[in-house]
Amino acid sequence: MSTMSTAGRTTRHMLRLSAVGQHYGDHQVLHDLTLTVPAGQLLCVVGPSGCGKSTLLRTIAGLLPTREGTVEIDGTPVTGVPDRLAVVFQDYGRSLLPWLTVRDNVALPLRRQGLGRAERRAEADRILERVGLTGTARRHPWQLSGGMQQRVAIARALVCRPTLLLMDEPFGSLDAQTREDLEDLLLEVHHTDDTTIVFVTHDIDESVYVGDRVVALSAAPAARIVLDLPVDLPGTRDQIATRGLPEFVALRARVGRAVRGQTT
Amino acid sequence: MSGEPGTPVGRPGTAAPRGGGTHGGGDTQGSGTQGNRTRSSRIKSTRTKSTRIKSTRIKSRRAKNTAPSPRQDRFGTVAHHVLLRWSVLVLAVGVWEAVARAHGSVYFPPPGRIARHAYDLWFSGPARHAFLTSAAVDDILPSLGRMAAGFAVAAVAGIVLGLAVGRSRRAYALCNPVLQFARAVPPPALVPVFVVIFSFGTPMQIASIVFSAVWPVLINTAAGARNTDPLRLDVAAVLRLNTAERLWFVVLPSALPRIFAGLRLSLSLSLILMVFSELLPGTENGIGFTLTDAQTRSDLLTVWAALVLLGALGHLLNTGLLAVEKRLIGRGKAL
Repeated sequence: MSTMSTAGRTTRHMLRLSAVGQHYGDHQVLHDLTLTVPAGQLLCVVGPSGCGKSTLLRTIAGLLPTREGTVEIDGTPVTGVPDRLAVVFQDYGRSLLPWLTVRDNVALPLRRQGLGRAERRAEADRILERVGLTGTARRHPWQLSGGMQQRVAIARALVCRPTLLLMDEPFGSLDAQTREDLEDLLLEVHHTDDTTIVFVTHDIDESVYVGDRVVALSAAPAARIVLDLPVDLPGTRDQIATRGLPEFVALRARVGRAVRGQTT
Repeated sequence: MSGEPGTPVGRPGTAAPRGGGTHGGGDTQGSGTQGNRTRSSRIKSTRTKSTRIKSTRIKSRRAKNTAPSPRQDRFGTVAHHVLLRWSVLVLAVGVWEAVARAHGSVYFPPPGRIARHAYDLWFSGPARHAFLTSAAVDDILPSLGRMAAGFAVAAVAGIVLGLAVGRSRRAYALCNPVLQFARAVPPPALVPVFVVIFSFGTPMQIASIVFSAVWPVLINTAAGARNTDPLRLDVAAVLRLNTAERLWFVVLPSALPRIFAGLRLSLSLSLILMVFSELLPGTENGIGFTLTDAQTRSDLLTVWAALVLLGALGHLLNTGLLAVEKRLIGRGKAL
């Protein structure tokens, strides 16, 4: 399912960027970005830090108005924050609301759907169980470890069954073991739900391991796409075996060179 | 990006000049910067205190079966702390008692006599009236009622208006000069205006309290709402919360520490204005009335008793507000 798009599936594009540019004052951040993401794809965006990856994500999410070019989600131009879009931020400590319990954090987006209180709670508990957080519903986020807090953030993103999920370096501040667990959780979610995911990371290994496709951005200013690479690895991935495959090593090298600005 | 340029004007001025008389008891009226410093350090200390309490709560919840020795240790330090805190007061009262007795001045009665007088005057009533005498019912309760009404109106209005002003950049820019001006007028100076508008009586008194107590809450709430973490606002946008939900779930809790800083200032201002408005002619009851009435009769003992009562009330009210704050902010707030 998560292998590269077949001919039949490319007919529907979940996300389409056409000549998108962003600048803060005189500082050009993104320049002439054109990119289409088929429905169901897990796209990883890598690039040196400060190259505008987060700006790209905020533009897609409708948090930043598009200055140049257009962004379309499922055929509709983005003007504000679109429906059925979810974002997982890197800083879970700030993105979760510490004054709400884990369950209330996760249930918060459901208010929009007009569900009753009991339904919202049941739905939140169901999704918490799915991300491996059974029994934490009544605790507060700060009572949990970093990895568990990011699981809460993922649960909150998934609870509305988004068609497009944006993740901004979501595992960047976690330790290696926790990060691997969460990568596998993400892959499992992607396989079952068939959600389109745009995953921003600065970790080249992670991008190749997680992605169906990797896009590398050049360094600031005016980030451009310097590499667009399909990841032809077996659909079921394994932290040890996959990372040892010669294909994995080769892909990683190509992405690494592209990020460092060397021609491939 | 988050619009900091306005803050150098808004921030330091918000609470500092009134910071001196904040905390009921015997704080000296500091100059602007001093008041600011003591206030910020105090906030810091209450923060660490609340986080400390939080962490012990978690610990005790997690490790119920461990030996109780660390908690006993903690109890020891708490007892030590209480002892330290009250020893100076006890010592001061003791010295006062000794000196007043030795000197025997009618103007400075010893605290023991003041306490007995206060007891006879207000707290020797029947049990079914909660030991309050009719004098207490006639004087203390109306004062407290007016103060509670004034403070409540000021708090609600201050928080609502503060959120509105703080969340809109334009509203903040427009209102800030006016707010700074209104805040800078010494509150008792406004009382004559309200006397003209309402003549003497309860409406005038409540209006005086409201119009002096509303500013610290308003300005602090606006500053707190303005400084809401931009990432949290992004989260609210991504979760597509509507305006009311965004205010209730994100902005208000974020501003809560600042709101309580404002409420503490407003509470002490309410007490000041309560007394001040009762000192004016045309008042028929209240603690301030008791004070002037006793003064005209040269009843120094009652004057002192009223002063002690006011100090105790201020301290009690402030303690109560702190307890509410601790409960609200201590609950799940990773400051």
